[in-house]
Amino acid sequence: MKYQSQAVAKPYFIAAIGLFVGQILFGLVMGLQYVMGDFLFPEIPFNVARMVHTNLLIVWLLFGFMGAAYFLVPEETEHELHSPLLAKVLFWVFLVAGALTVLGYLLVPYARLAELTMNDLLPTMGREFLEQPTITKIGIVVVALGFLYNIGVTILAGRKTVVSMVLLTGLVGLAVMFLFSFYNPINVVDDKFYWWWVVHLWVEGVWELILASILAFVLIKVTGVDREVIEKWMYVIIAMALISGIIGTGHHYYWIGAPEYWQWWGSIFSALEPIPFFMMTVFAFNMVNRRRREHPNKAAVLWALGTAVMAFLGAGVWGFLHTLAPVNYYTHGSQITAAHGHMAFYGAYVMIVLTIISYAMPILRGQEAADPRAQVLEMWSFWLMTVSMVFITLFLTGAGVLQVWLQRFTDNPQPFMVVQEKIEVFYWLREAAGLVFLLGLILYVAAFFVKGGERVMASNAVADTA
Amino acid sequence: MEQIASHPAAGQKKALPGDFAIWIFIYAELLVFGIFFLAYAYTRAQHVELFNTYQQHLNRESGAINTLVLITSSYFVVMAVAAIRRGAAGHCTRWLILAVLSGSVFVWIKLAEFAAKHAEGITLSTNTFYMFYLSLTFFHFMHVLMGMVILSVVALKAYRGAYNAQEHTGVETGASYWHMVDLVWIILFPLVYVLH
Repeated sequence: MKYQSQAVAKPYFIAAIGLFVGQILFGLVMGLQYVMGDFLFPEIPFNVARMVHTNLLIVWLLFGFMGAAYFLVPEETEHELHSPLLAKVLFWVFLVAGALTVLGYLLVPYARLAELTMNDLLPTMGREFLEQPTITKIGIVVVALGFLYNIGVTILAGRKTVVSMVLLTGLVGLAVMFLFSFYNPINVVDDKFYWWWVVHLWVEGVWELILASILAFVLIKVTGVDREVIEKWMYVIIAMALISGIIGTGHHYYWIGAPEYWQWWGSIFSALEPIPFFMMTVFAFNMVNRRRREHPNKAAVLWALGTAVMAFLGAGVWGFLHTLAPVNYYTHGSQITAAHGHMAFYGAYVMIVLTIISYAMPILRGQEAADPRAQVLEMWSFWLMTVSMVFITLFLTGAGVLQVWLQRFTDNPQPFMVVQEKIEVFYWLREAAGLVFLLGLILYVAAFFVKGGERVMASNAVADTA
Repeated sequence: MEQIASHPAAGQKKALPGDFAIWIFIYAELLVFGIFFLAYAYTRAQHVELFNTYQQHLNRESGAINTLVLITSSYFVVMAVAAIRRGAAGHCTRWLILAVLSGSVFVWIKLAEFAAKHAEGITLSTNTFYMFYLSLTFFHFMHVLMGMVILSVVALKAYRGAYNAQEHTGVETGASYWHMVDLVWIILFPLVYVLH
């Protein structure tokens, strides 16, 4: 660890992994509820499990992003973090607020939670992914402001690199777009229109900047390739990502009551969204092939390459699959959307956070890289999680295609629930793949607890697995 | 791919003028406009009557003048590159300023055209033809503005002596982008304003 203040990243990473485990457990619960509707009812109804599953995902990724920023900003700026104390305080504020919110979801009915948190003073609840009580949302804004202040002042005081500036831009964008979660118009079209400004402009806009900067940082570190080369790639990738992603918001406006021209704008621009992801894949492999050093952290390199590939497949390919308006006319809101959502979130954002954790955690624990045996275990977890996610995606895609056919495309469309029964087999298979994912996650956590072994043998083992 | 990775450091002979990164942009931009043009052609084939009718309402004179203006600006840019290859930074700067001024003439004429359509109450939702007309010309308009910003920065750097006969990648980069903007208009103008 080059700078003492980087150490504040550690609790953020640990919390992220802890919440990740929670997210997967609730995912398995709701996966089972797809086929056994009354499983855990009335304690954990489907809508609650779903809310916890998606909200935990967002919260742990935010923990991961913040941890990443606290780790990489001191190193990029060559300057200690402005206030490690503030970072520690905000960590606990965010963790407690997050935990209370999830407990609120689980322990009281949602309507009661809205009453308790005085939602009617400033109603913001009741919308998918933005279910958090208003008071939690305010807490998120406070934490974000404190965090941005801390990171921003550090960057201003130190060396300004493209990596840290792009990261800061992404993080500011993240905070600014979140403000639209407070805008809750009565008109349902308006509501959906601006709701996407949070949801879409996060994941297909500003988060991509965060992803690109973290990936660039790790690649600079593990490959030793010139910063200038990596920065140039970054410029091209983020410019493409922003242009296609921002106007690509239109692919959510096809059927919500927005003007018809969005069908053209949304189709054309979102069809280009795979390009920056493809460029990112080429970029990552290119940099690793041109590496000037053999970094002992093979696992981090694997995660970095995995991120690029899976982000392209999940966000790029599976997104393109149903982004054109004439296709989306049939597929919107089906299991195809769920398939895309799973692989895109895993490939782009889960994997980038695991990449930076993989790179940073050993350093935070006083080593350049984890013990080779731990790395072997981590690589196993990489393959188990990644391959099972590919299967989750394929099974959901199968379910989605059949669903679209039976429920919407055929001459004799069948009711939703009838179709759901017919595609049950896919849901069972998805649940099985989900269990494999959990196994991978358990190995991932276990890898942190592997004690050092014999160097020589172990490094051979790493080479074999890689 | 080799080129972009090795470009900044290696002094190898380049296949394309300017920075390789700008060519990725140019290809991407041409792809977007290409898709838009195909979509236009496809939709036009479905609604020939509608398109023919409303095409008559466009101001072809201002479109034609703008075509000449952009082609002239491209000539200025060519002269700017030729000047810097001789090492004449002062000339290069003046040619670039002329190019930016031509760009602003284009912008001014285009704004007048948009204002006229706006005054007639025409919006993206008026009909499919106007949706394409406004979208295509507006996206191109934004590219002209972007190109003017790029050329202005290059002109300023040239004025400050950042380029010489040996090293002038920046000038070629800006020039390449500007030619792309010009090229797109040369296709856009006949396609949207003229062809029946």
